[in-house]
Amino acid sequence: MNQETNVQEKEARVRQPWTAQRVGDILLNNALLIIMAIAVVYIAIKNPNFIKPASLINILSQTAAYLPAALGIGGCIVLTGTDLSAGRAVGITACISASLLQNAANMANKMWPQIGTLPIPVVIVLAMLIGAAIGCFNGFFVAKFKLHPFIVTLGTQLILYTVLLLYVQQGNNKGMAISNLDPSYTGFVKGSLFSIGGTPIPNYVLFAIVLTAVMWFVWNKTTFGKNMFALGSNEEAARVSGVNVFGVTVGVFALAGAMYGFTGFIEGARIGSNTANTGLNYELDAIAACVIGGVSFVGGIGKIRGIVIGVVMLRLIFVGLTMVGVPQDLQYLIKGAIILFACALDMRKYLVKK
Amino acid sequence: MEQPALLEMRNITKEFPGVKALDGVSLTVRPGTVHALMGENGAGKSTLMKCLFGIYAKNAGTIVLDGKEVDFKSSKEALENGVAMVHQELNQALTRSVMDNLWLGRYPKVAGLMVSESVMRKRTREIFEELDVHVDPKAIMSTLPVSQRQMVEIAKAVSYNAKIIVFDEPTSSLTEAEVEHLFRIINMLKERGCGIIYISHKMDEILRISDEVTIMRDGQWVATRHAKDLTMEEIIKLMVGRELTNRFPPKDNKPGEVILEVEHLAGKYTRLKDASFQLRKGEVLGIAGLDGSGRTEVLENLFGAMTKESGTIRLHGKEIKNKTPREAIKNGFALLTEERRATGIFGIRDIKENTVISNLKSYLAGGFCLSDKKMKEDTDWAIQAMHIKTPSQSTQIRSLSGGNQQKVIIGRWLLTKPEVLLLDEPTRGIDVGAKYEIYQLILDLAKEGKGVIMVSSEMPELLGICDRILVMSGGVLAGEVDARNTSQEEILTLAAKYV
Repeated sequence: MNQETNVQEKEARVRQPWTAQRVGDILLNNALLIIMAIAVVYIAIKNPNFIKPASLINILSQTAAYLPAALGIGGCIVLTGTDLSAGRAVGITACISASLLQNAANMANKMWPQIGTLPIPVVIVLAMLIGAAIGCFNGFFVAKFKLHPFIVTLGTQLILYTVLLLYVQQGNNKGMAISNLDPSYTGFVKGSLFSIGGTPIPNYVLFAIVLTAVMWFVWNKTTFGKNMFALGSNEEAARVSGVNVFGVTVGVFALAGAMYGFTGFIEGARIGSNTANTGLNYELDAIAACVIGGVSFVGGIGKIRGIVIGVVMLRLIFVGLTMVGVPQDLQYLIKGAIILFACALDMRKYLVKK
Repeated sequence: MEQPALLEMRNITKEFPGVKALDGVSLTVRPGTVHALMGENGAGKSTLMKCLFGIYAKNAGTIVLDGKEVDFKSSKEALENGVAMVHQELNQALTRSVMDNLWLGRYPKVAGLMVSESVMRKRTREIFEELDVHVDPKAIMSTLPVSQRQMVEIAKAVSYNAKIIVFDEPTSSLTEAEVEHLFRIINMLKERGCGIIYISHKMDEILRISDEVTIMRDGQWVATRHAKDLTMEEIIKLMVGRELTNRFPPKDNKPGEVILEVEHLAGKYTRLKDASFQLRKGEVLGIAGLDGSGRTEVLENLFGAMTKESGTIRLHGKEIKNKTPREAIKNGFALLTEERRATGIFGIRDIKENTVISNLKSYLAGGFCLSDKKMKEDTDWAIQAMHIKTPSQSTQIRSLSGGNQQKVIIGRWLLTKPEVLLLDEPTRGIDVGAKYEIYQLILDLAKEGKGVIMVSSEMPELLGICDRILVMSGGVLAGEVDARNTSQEEILTLAAKYV
């Protein structure tokens, strides 16, 4: 019976006439993709290098670097929250990862000479655990004291900065940039298993693909994911249906934290020279990517696909604009305009006209 | 012989800071019966149910379920032990699908943590089939009409296979046919041996569906009787604690000349298709119709809260546009909205601010500074004229009862000196005693020469205080009847004309 109605509905949709209104709606609903396509074509004509493998893989790599943090923050936004501490969490985990994976051959420049170079898996797990602990801290304050995540994570962000400033002064480091990384670390992150068109694809692209798949699974196929969406959509409904609201909230923030931890591990090697400023403002890029990709601040709405598109779009614009010679100063204006435009379009879908 | 009790709540007491919300209330539900719980708003019915359901922790008393003493600490525990509840406010995750909502909190799993969509779909179909509910399991909740959302909520409660199911005002958004459908479901549950607790303000429903009735007043138990021994008058008497001889005040308003003429009013995005009518000075004009027939749309289009497609509005023979609520207010219109909590009150703000908000311009001293003294005077006037029961002007409006909130909003509009008052369900969710006062206010306004248009789902109320009644059906004005010589049957026939 229900399948029949579905079929009927589909037929009805197909039979709808192509009115100007409908064409307009379709254009508007896909405006972002259309604009992106036009931009790509324009930039490619102006500078053919843009669509050469080297440039495409550059965009791909940058996307991969920023994606995990965005995937994490996406969950916080689905809960009608946000996470301002993401950047600092990335900074701390990047510095910790780097300091634990310095080249033992060059003892003089090692932050912790007494600790040898740790195995890479240990450091990954450690970075993700530290991130998750930060997330738990955030989630605890949000769930227990009913504080808005904006306030909680604003506080955490500041606290973490002090922790970060103190950390880089520990051991032999004395506030210097943490570099002199072990080749096994940089090789693991930036090395490459295969290449396309002669340009190697860094390993962290593969990691990002795996993480995206895992997050897609968590969001769409697990109880935790469904509870997260229900909670973001209507907390009271979730509570009276027997959902563990506290646990899910803490879980979402902890998962986000683990993602920042992983980002930190990658950034530690990718940047190569880590200071207390590593990770600065990552949260803003991540939030921007999420809202461009349709993760709504209204709560309970968002797709992994959208977040990926959002991150790609931001990177594409940055790389593309640089390639056609748009000055850096102007790029922020364009990014801001895209955020406003994307969100205005997004709201259109949820507004009920009266 | 009466069966042993399925659920016994004994001497339940619940205190909130400064208030004793429940004072030694007892309730006994037998298997296979419907036990109605009645009382005015604030009598403690919902509080009692929340104590049962683990949302509130009771201060004293015992709850015995199926011979075992229980004390649920959370809704989850209550649900697991066979107590389910259809909540008064639709508590649903609107951005999610029907089946995601149905199984929320207990998703069928595979391999420990994966949710099995196919099992979910299958079970949803089975339950909908069993209950004869026709809703697409994959539809997103927000795209469904309220009545279907309510049926999903009912199906959800049933799907827990609970021994005790609490229905807290389940019919407030259902049509007549759907109410019948609900009653069929309840009878089916009775046959299975479930105990049903049914909370409602609608007397005829209570007398029809229930076996026993418990009446509460001011957080206390008043009486438990067999439904067949009760009459509507007795229930009201027990609820109010005094004889309420007349449900409606005497009608002594005198309609005068026509002040408002509306021709072929139609909404651009809403279901109002065509409505033409006139309103007289000093007249109470009712609008009847089923839910979704376009009643609210008539008022909101007139008021400019919805976008008009076409139609003309003439006030005293002069054409006006009323494109926005601001413009409508300037033209002497006032709208009491249907959903008081969502679009009427500013919950956390105080009585004073809620009273003067639509009239701020008249308190400007020196052009930019609001005069606190004038605002206080006007609020005092409203409190006295509307008989608002409040500790002070600085009380948060959300702490007042529904009836008093409604009086504050009526007071708010009267300060703007309107000529035409549009009232959308002015007595919804208001208890019997306070309803009378609202009726009196409406008739007083008519006597003062204002034109009142009033939408209501309660037919007796329309027949009791209106002069004429317009009947909407399928977005079209299906007819007009004289309230003095019409019947509920005539109105219902008109209401079904274009469905």
